[in-house]
Amino acid sequence: MNPHLLMVLKAAVVLGALLATLLYIQWVERKVIAHIQRRLGPYRVGPHGLLQPVADTLKLLLKEDLLPGHVNRFLYLLAPFLAVTLALISIAVIPFGPEIEVAGVRTWIQLTDLNVGVLFVLAISSLTVYAVVLAGWSSNSKYPLLGGLRSAAQMIGYELPLGMAVAAPLLMSGSLSLREIVLSQQPFAGGFVPGWNIFRMPFPQVISFFVFLIAAFAETNRIPFDLPEAENELVAGFHTEYSSLKFASFFMAEYANMITVCAMATALFLGGWLPPWPAEYGSSYAPSVVLALAGALLLYHGLPPAFRRDRLTLPAAGVAALVAAAVLLIPAVQARLLPLIWFLAKTGFLLFVFIWARGTLPRLRYDQLMRFTWTFLFPVGVLNLMATGLVVALGA
Amino acid sequence: MDAVPLSWYLVLSAVLFGLGVAGFLFRRNIITVFMSIELMLNAVNLTFIAFASRLGQVDGQIFAFFVMVVAAAEAAVGLAIILVIFRNRATLQIDELDSMKN
Amino acid sequence: MAPAIFLVFAALAVFCGLNVVLRRHPIASALWLIGVMVSLAVLYGLLGAHFLAVAQVIVYAGAIMVLFVMVIMLVNAGAEQPSNASRMAQVLGLPLLAGLLAVLGLVIRRATPAAALAARKGTAHDVGTALFTTYLLPFEITSILVLIAILGAVVLAYKEKH
Repeated sequence: MNPHLLMVLKAAVVLGALLATLLYIQWVERKVIAHIQRRLGPYRVGPHGLLQPVADTLKLLLKEDLLPGHVNRFLYLLAPFLAVTLALISIAVIPFGPEIEVAGVRTWIQLTDLNVGVLFVLAISSLTVYAVVLAGWSSNSKYPLLGGLRSAAQMIGYELPLGMAVAAPLLMSGSLSLREIVLSQQPFAGGFVPGWNIFRMPFPQVISFFVFLIAAFAETNRIPFDLPEAENELVAGFHTEYSSLKFASFFMAEYANMITVCAMATALFLGGWLPPWPAEYGSSYAPSVVLALAGALLLYHGLPPAFRRDRLTLPAAGVAALVAAAVLLIPAVQARLLPLIWFLAKTGFLLFVFIWARGTLPRLRYDQLMRFTWTFLFPVGVLNLMATGLVVALGA
Repeated sequence: MDAVPLSWYLVLSAVLFGLGVAGFLFRRNIITVFMSIELMLNAVNLTFIAFASRLGQVDGQIFAFFVMVVAAAEAAVGLAIILVIFRNRATLQIDELDSMKN
Repeated sequence: MAPAIFLVFAALAVFCGLNVVLRRHPIASALWLIGVMVSLAVLYGLLGAHFLAVAQVIVYAGAIMVLFVMVIMLVNAGAEQPSNASRMAQVLGLPLLAGLLAVLGLVIRRATPAAALAARKGTAHDVGTALFTTYLLPFEITSILVLIAILGAVVLAYKEKH
């Protein structure tokens, strides 16, 4: 097949999947936070609130699109555009899976593999500071300006620990290309222990994993580091003066950044699309088993359901899970989809950690946040890098 | 796929350097003058990397890397100086910073 | 295809460079300068210097220009006042510059051989190897230079709390 056409097709598939995920991750977040807070979350719009994102999108699109008179027009319109563009670009180098063959076409499940892939993601994340700063400054109003500058200082301050945390597993994997990093985690130590960078001798990268995760929380402006956009602090921070689609763009950009950062953590630390134990010991059947158990549980609770309103949705979900489990047992499907499912499972787990932290932790004050990065997180990252380098150099 | 001749890169570098010099000489705002200096440094980096590619060596790229590092250090100190000047004189026009004249 | 990419991004770089020099407000100049830097990063990538292309975006566009933008916002710089520089400089300046560049361009074209450039080595591995073997001393010295610059900037800009 024409390689250009293949690239366009892959890009279309990834973009479609990403946009659908952006839409529904909002639903997942609202449901999880609601259940943490012992309430139900979106429930009425569609079964269990599944059509809520559609309703929200329609609402935001149909809202009045204000262009306040006192803003710097070009920069005001550029900022959300820049935020969304940058957030969507960095997905291009994430390795979702190995080389597969579909209908006679061999291709990697990855849009492009740069030999400086990791640095590319860091570069894009360092450009996202501009979207926030320009949004705050162009609004010509004090709350957005303060929110924008605070957010910029926070993002810059946490870029350094992010870089240090990323550099340590690079020493162990020996390459900047994300595909090579995932492939270097392939050997199973002792035959069954996964060779993921977080477990890998000579220096398991546990500290850098946590430093990366904390810095990622700050880079994506998530709780506990979301002071710049907190509602009860700065009205709405840097996006106070935005409405309708431009406001939605900032949120889309935040979720897309979250997905990118979780995918990076999966590729760098958790072994990307590699299974947790070797295929000889049956790891290929694990997703099917889990889905079958979930389906059985849903059917058990669904027939008859505890609440009358669930009499259609729970059995339907149970049947869907059982069908998915059966489909995953087909060898042809398994060979192609299984690595992707492992990747999505790990990334999904990290996204759940992000949402869990939002529902559980309080917000850090701005000076606490800045002190934390400069006096604790950055030195820990540097020390970890030095220790990793020392161990790798002495061992090699 | 035919590649790009070296002279094209050098001409582009010369044009950017010329623009940087023009900005440096003709602008009155001290921050814009500083930005013209950065433009000149970027043009020089392009020349270094173009020659590194021509000669098949990596030394030109190392030079460009060091230029980047030194430009970062210079930007930090230069902007700190500009801040202090602004605090003391409340102006950014270089015409008005002439207390050492006559 | 490489000449097409070069022409597009070279034209973009020159256009952004013109705007850096000609715009009144320093924030506009700063943003156009970011445009120059990103276009140059693409050209470095075209020349095979992949590591330097990404380093250009991270260091120049992502750190130095953020510093510029934040200082401009902190100082609240307004649009520049029209200067009382000599009228002759303003009238003759641009044509003379264009003439100088034309002469430079002709000399360069005549002096360099017409051989075309192919992408050579420029991965992080190559740059890193050279940096830590042949150029180790300059590397260490620049790290001390950056430390001195940090200390200098903090000392200069520090405001005493009364």
